[in-house]
Amino acid sequence: MIRLTDVVKEYPRSGVALAHVSFEVRKGEFAYLTGPSGSGKSTILRLLYMDEKPTAGEVWINGVSSKSARGREISKLRRRIGIVFQDFRLLEDRTAEANVRFALEVTGAPKATIRSKVARVLTQVGLASKATSFPRELSGGEQQRVAIARALINDPFVLIADEPTGNLDERATRGVFQLLRDINASGTAVIMATHDLDLVRRSNYRTIELNHGRVVFDSAESPASARPFDEPFDIQETPTGPSESI
Amino acid sequence: MRSAHEALTASRRAPLLSALGVLTIAFSLFAFGLFGLVAINIRRALEQVSERVEVRAFLSDSADIEQVAAAMKDIGEFPEVLRVDYVSQENALERARKEMGEFADVFEAGVLPASIEVHLRPGMRSPRIVKSVADKIRTYQFVDDVRYGEEWVEKLYRLRNIATVAGIALGVAFAAVAVIIIGATIRMMVLARAKEISIMRLVGATDMFIRLPFLIDGLVKGVLGGLVALLLVWITNRVVNEYFIETIFFNRDLIFLGIVGGAAMGMFGSLVSVGRHLRRV
Repeated sequence: MIRLTDVVKEYPRSGVALAHVSFEVRKGEFAYLTGPSGSGKSTILRLLYMDEKPTAGEVWINGVSSKSARGREISKLRRRIGIVFQDFRLLEDRTAEANVRFALEVTGAPKATIRSKVARVLTQVGLASKATSFPRELSGGEQQRVAIARALINDPFVLIADEPTGNLDERATRGVFQLLRDINASGTAVIMATHDLDLVRRSNYRTIELNHGRVVFDSAESPASARPFDEPFDIQETPTGPSESI
Repeated sequence: MRSAHEALTASRRAPLLSALGVLTIAFSLFAFGLFGLVAINIRRALEQVSERVEVRAFLSDSADIEQVAAAMKDIGEFPEVLRVDYVSQENALERARKEMGEFADVFEAGVLPASIEVHLRPGMRSPRIVKSVADKIRTYQFVDDVRYGEEWVEKLYRLRNIATVAGIALGVAFAAVAVIIIGATIRMMVLARAKEISIMRLVGATDMFIRLPFLIDGLVKGVLGGLVALLLVWITNRVVNEYFIETIFFNRDLIFLGIVGGAAMGMFGSLVSVGRHLRRV
C-alpha cells in the first residue's frame, strides 16, 4: 500500500535530508516514525502526501507513484489520505463543524451527504457537543480531535500524523492516542511521527527510527529488543528542508 | 456557482480587508485616471490648435477664375488635403474688417488679394507635409505667394511631440505604479488566506478549485475599484469644469477600457498571487 524504495531527498541549501530510505507499510498497519529533530521524519511524511518529490528513488502510495503523479492525481490521492499536524491547522474563524465540513466541500462532495457525514465523524472523535465551538473556545486536545475529524471525513485508507501530541499535555495526549488506536482498529493505517518515547514504549506497534536521514532501526525487520528504548536519541542540529507548511 | 459563493463568503469574513482592497485599487486607478484625463484634454487642445494649420495661396490680380477653379479641384484631390476654400477680394476685406474692428476704415476694396485656403487632414499637419503641399501649390502660375506660418507650425509640432513623449512616459509610470500597488494589495488579501489555501491543498482540493474563488474575487474587486475610480475622476472633472476650465471627459470606449483594465488587473494579480501558494511538486 505504501512503499518507499531507495528514497533520497536533497535540498539545495541544507543538503541531504533522506539517504536511501526503503520501507513498506501494509494496509491497516500502525507505524511510528521516531528519531531526533532533523532526522527526516517530517520529510518522509511530506513525500507520502506528495507535497514534495524524492530527489531519487520512488514513493508508491495507493497505486500512485511519485515518478508520474501530477496535479489532479495528487489532489485525488490526498482525498484518501488524512493528515494531522502538531499545530492542528484549523481555520480560526470557523466553527469545529465548519472546519470539518470544509474538507468535504473543497472536494465537491454532494451537499446532501455533508451534514450527516460531519455529524458522524464529530461523534466518532467525541466532539458532537462542541460542533458549534470555535477553535479558540476548545482545549488543545479538542482542537486536535477536530483536526482528526477533518482528516477522517473522506474515509482515508491512511492517517498521517506529524507529532500530533507534541502540543498536548499528558492527559490530552492519552486521549488523542487512544483515538488514533481506535481509528487504526477500524482498518485505517496510521503513520505517526513522534518524539514521545514513552508513547512508543507503551505500545507494541511497529517502530521505524531515523537518524541523519537514514533508517537506523525498523522493528518489523529486527526483534523489538534490538532497540534499547531507554537510550535517548542523539540530539543533532542537522537542518532539514523547508518549513513544514505546504 | 460554488466558487462565486466562496468568493462572496471570503469577502464577508474579512469586510475591512476587502473594503481596503477595493479602495486601494480605486485610488491607484484614480491617479491613473486623472493622468488620463489631463492627457486627453491636452491632446484635444493641441488638436484644436492644429486644426488652424492651413496653407494660404495668394492669387495674382490677373488670375483666371476658371484656371483657379480647376486648380482648386486638383488641390482638393491631394491626399493630404481636407478642404479647399476660395476667398475673394471682398471676402478677404470683410474678414479683415471683422478681425480688426478698430482699423476697419483703413481697408479699402481691392487692397487685399484673393486667395485659396487649403485645410489639411488630421495627421497631415507636420512641418514636412505642410511644406510639401505649399511647394506644390506654389508651382501654379497664378499664385503670387504661399504662406503657412512655417515657424509656428514647427513650434506646434515640437510641442505636440514633447506632449506625446511625456504622456507616454508618465502614462507608463502611472500604470506601473497602479499595477504594483494593486498587485501588492491582492497579494496581501491572498496572504491573509494562505492558511486556508494550504489546508485546501492538504484535503485534496484541485488547483482550479482553489484558484477560481480568488479569480472571481479579484475580478469583482477590480471592477468595483474601477467604478469607484471612475466616479472620483468624473467628480474631479465636474469640479474643474464648474470652477476652472472647460474640459472633456472620457468617451464610452475609454470608460469601458478602464473598467475592463481594472478587472483584468484584479484577475491577473489574483492568479499570480495564488500561484505562489500552489507550489507544485
